Amino acid sequence: MTRTPSSIRRRLVVQLALVAALLSVAFFFALRVVAERATEATQDNILAASATSIADAVYTDAGVVRVEIPYSALSMLGTVSEDRVFYHVILDGQTLTGYDDLPVPEVRGAGRDPRFGTYLYRDDTVRAVVVRRALNAADRIHRVEVVVAQTRLGLAAISSRITTTATAIGVVFFLTATALSSFAAQNALAPLSRLAEAVRRRGPRDLRPVTAETPTELAPLVGGLNGFIARLRSALTRSEDLIVEAAHRVRTPLATVRTQAEMVHLQMEKPENRTALRQMIRAVDESSRSAGQLLDHAMVTLRSDQLETEEIDPAELLRDAVDRLSPTADLKDITITRDLPDSALRVQGDAILLQNAVRNILDNAIKYSPADTEIAVRLIPGPSCRLEICDQGRGFVAEDVAQMPERFSRGSNVEDVVGSGLGLTIVRDVAEAHCGALEIAPNERGPGACVTLVLPCS
Amino acid sequence: MRHACLALLLSLVTGVVQAFEIEESRRYPAPGGTELRILSTADADVFEPIIAAFQALHPIPITYDVASSAQVMTALYDENATYDLAISSAMDLQTKLANDGLAQRYSSDATAALPPWAKWRDRVFAFTQEPAVLVLNAQAFEALDIPKNREGLIALLRDHPQVFDGRVGTYDVRVSGLGYLFATQDSRNTESFWRLTEVMGRLNTRLYCCSGEMINAVAHGELALAYNVLGSYAQARLQDTPGIVIVEMDDFVSVMLRTAVIPQTAEAPQAAGLMIDFLAAMRLRPDLATATGLPPVVSGAGEDENVIRPIRLGPGLLVFLDRLRRDTFLRSWVSSIEQE
Repeated sequence: MTRTPSSIRRRLVVQLALVAALLSVAFFFALRVVAERATEATQDNILAASATSIADAVYTDAGVVRVEIPYSALSMLGTVSEDRVFYHVILDGQTLTGYDDLPVPEVRGAGRDPRFGTYLYRDDTVRAVVVRRALNAADRIHRVEVVVAQTRLGLAAISSRITTTATAIGVVFFLTATALSSFAAQNALAPLSRLAEAVRRRGPRDLRPVTAETPTELAPLVGGLNGFIARLRSALTRSEDLIVEAAHRVRTPLATVRTQAEMVHLQMEKPENRTALRQMIRAVDESSRSAGQLLDHAMVTLRSDQLETEEIDPAELLRDAVDRLSPTADLKDITITRDLPDSALRVQGDAILLQNAVRNILDNAIKYSPADTEIAVRLIPGPSCRLEICDQGRGFVAEDVAQMPERFSRGSNVEDVVGSGLGLTIVRDVAEAHCGALEIAPNERGPGACVTLVLPCS
Repeated sequence: MRHACLALLLSLVTGVVQAFEIEESRRYPAPGGTELRILSTADADVFEPIIAAFQALHPIPITYDVASSAQVMTALYDENATYDLAISSAMDLQTKLANDGLAQRYSSDATAALPPWAKWRDRVFAFTQEPAVLVLNAQAFEALDIPKNREGLIALLRDHPQVFDGRVGTYDVRVSGLGYLFATQDSRNTESFWRLTEVMGRLNTRLYCCSGEMINAVAHGELALAYNVLGSYAQARLQDTPGIVIVEMDDFVSVMLRTAVIPQTAEAPQAAGLMIDFLAAMRLRPDLATATGLPPVVSGAGEDENVIRPIRLGPGLLVFLDRLRRDTFLRSWVSSIEQE
């Protein structure tokens, strides 16, 4: 079973919906109870009015107690519903008129107030009322009881209508509340979504503090995040500074050491001493080169945070790099062929970084190419410009390619050549800072490899 | 319980309680189905076209027994006689049957189409609406204005005692259930009723059991006018009885609804239901209305014109069935109508 990650929005909606459901049910019962009480009270009132009007129609005629049931006493009961109606007029415990088996509702206490009761009569549940009245006839006090009863079918019909209405209202209330709470949850969580989106959209090196407007509840989170970013940035800056500082401090003395060593080398006559000094100069070169590349890398890292973009002609970029490195290539008798179409291609980028990247690729190609070979520099236009440099060197070991652009990662077949393992890292970082890519592939036209810097261009 | 009912019925029947009396019994055989037994207050001749039309649709054998409304009540309320359908003009007694749990519930599309005032509790179904009218002898009124309402009638009777003495007829409400129903409704609807009864009493009014006899008496000139005659009967007799005039009062007209109920004791309630459906849809068969002279229930009638007052089905009708109330009413009526 996979656990779905918890969601604030879902929790909020579910809990609000539960509350709404609870309220709906409570509302349903409340409405039913209130409405049914009201209906029952209405029936009771009509019954009481009916019984009272019959009681009022009891009269004495020559000492005989009689009753003339008013037409309205029973007809009023028929106006609301088509319920069965029964009545019973009792004089001193003896039936005067009406249904003589209709019981008097059992009520506690006496008094003139109408008393109500519910019981079964003639296969139907009836609501009955008794109204009592005293009457003076022939110097005797007579007690008259009037019972009026009505079946409750109309009440049941009203009750079922109320239930239907209450259910409908409850369901509508629940659905509306749920829809509204879903909307409210979305609304309440909108700042969070905005913040998340703002953080998600950031580039990998964007270490600016989050400035999006945040509600007070999120302020601690954003504050914490900004503090974290600030610490990270200062840590990064410090380490880059350290590298720059270190590289500088190493390079300058190294240059001095190399000059001194070369002078000493010229003065040396013993071959073993000369060999030792050549090894020393080579080691100094290696260190100097490493320091230089560390410096380049640090610079690339720093500059990619804040690119100073301008329009650059990629052909010019390649031409410039080839011109600069031609002397080095000449030393190894390496020919550099250029295939640069004279098109008006333009790349938006940081000139220093791009120069650095192209120089690193070309420098690598020269370094790992055997003497008397050829390096092809090509610019292939398209939606993305491809700056391709192919050599005829030893190429890359396939397993290394994925790790190659990582810091200080070097091919498993180049241990005899001086190198820092930073060259391709620099190229990749520059490519990514320009939304481009670094591609490494075997050379299709012979031995060696092709390294391509892909840049968006127009 | 039984005693109360008996007492009630004793006063209604004014006779010794015995097996109910059937005035006429007709059998209408048909090939199929259970026999449908009808107990009705309507004359067999009047109802025959309806039975024939019904049997054309549903070939069910039918027994049609005719009895007075009081006898119908005795049969069903007291003696648990086995009938599948009770048809009566005594709305109050039919209502009492339904109220006291002696009628079966029935509902169908046809009864649902009846106007609300034409049924009660899905147990009492009205299928005709028959007004109470004044029937006049045309000859007697040659020199007199025809009265438009009860006040006019009172004035007319007072002003011309020589014309009307002994020549006025109305129901004997002690005998006729329908007469009692019309009289009690009159007493409820107008103050003039008791004055009219007084005036009629002074003119030696003759009392009748039935509308038919009153119409005959008017036609033969024995009566100059008859009050509260069943309009449907008078209408039916209009063609073959020259010399009678039917007047509907313009102050109000009591309208009796002839109703049908399925008694609790019914053995063929399905067949009875079919007959109720057939009766409820009688407005769609004008041929039957013509043949029987029974005006079918039409929705809307009685609600638009407030002069026409269909007697309302419901517990109100139970009031005049109350023993004491009936006693009181009859005492007042008798003392007004018999002034000797």
